[in-house]
Amino acid sequence: MRVGVVTFPGSLDDVDARRAVRLGDHEAVALWHGEHDLRGVDAVILPGGFSYGDYLRCGAISRFSPVMTEVIAAAERGMPVLGICNGFQILCESHLLPGALIRNDHRHFVCRDQRLRIESTDTPWTRAYAPGQEITVVLKNGEGGYVADEATLDRLEGEGQVVARYLELNPNGSMRDIAGVRNARGNVVGLMPHPEHSVEELTGSGTDGLGFFTGLAGWVGVAEAVLS
Amino acid sequence: MPRVVVDVMPKPEILDPQGKAVLGALPRLGFSGVTEVRQGKRFELEVAHVDDAVLAEVEKMAETLLSNPVIEDYRVRVES
Repeated sequence: MRVGVVTFPGSLDDVDARRAVRLGDHEAVALWHGEHDLRGVDAVILPGGFSYGDYLRCGAISRFSPVMTEVIAAAERGMPVLGICNGFQILCESHLLPGALIRNDHRHFVCRDQRLRIESTDTPWTRAYAPGQEITVVLKNGEGGYVADEATLDRLEGEGQVVARYLELNPNGSMRDIAGVRNARGNVVGLMPHPEHSVEELTGSGTDGLGFFTGLAGWVGVAEAVLS
Repeated sequence: MPRVVVDVMPKPEILDPQGKAVLGALPRLGFSGVTEVRQGKRFELEVAHVDDAVLAEVEKMAETLLSNPVIEDYRVRVES
């Protein structure tokens, strides 16, 4: 598959995300925030970083960038979209995902190897994992506290839209320990931790994040089966 | 030139870590008696004239860009 990774001014993890895509056996395609062009990709990743300097609110300006018009339209047609960290913030600001991300409750930037439980595997990004599988990936954020009103949180849990939950320690004050969520359809996933940093033994916390990038191929089969 | 001001504040039920940091700093500087601090944003929009249509536009700006209605409330007012 051809997987696009958007670079915004201030993106940090776009190169790592493209590398993870290649390690997942897909073709990585660089996309630029200022273009109305997805270059024919089959899926899109919005990487971590500080797009547009986090001005106004994290993701608030990026949401209106030219490429996001295309990403939002493609997501609504069912294209797989993964937002990691700042990408998650952009997806919330775009209203592709419910809720919002606010400053960590303890007010410090956090950087650690984080234990997670994968709770929804009905997504193109998590189908390589077993339901309930526990993994450890890198987490690094300053504004990673997931918030939503009680009714939304109840709905997310009731509909199985919580993709990942923090284990052992809630690193940022996220409500109900939520580390990632998906939309109702399942094609759009937002995740605060960074699986793209946990794909090679050489550089840290193991390879537990690789599944986010290897599962995609199978999802295309599912989508085609539904369409045919 | 009239000015339209948009005040954006975190919703009361949303944690405001920045406000809490300010609240913690005040007593260290010798200021006492403050029991709560909430930190928000103020936008000053200079407009050619003010009428209902302009204010309706500003409401739309406040809702789509200046605030995130999931976590923030906003108030639009005209400053003379």
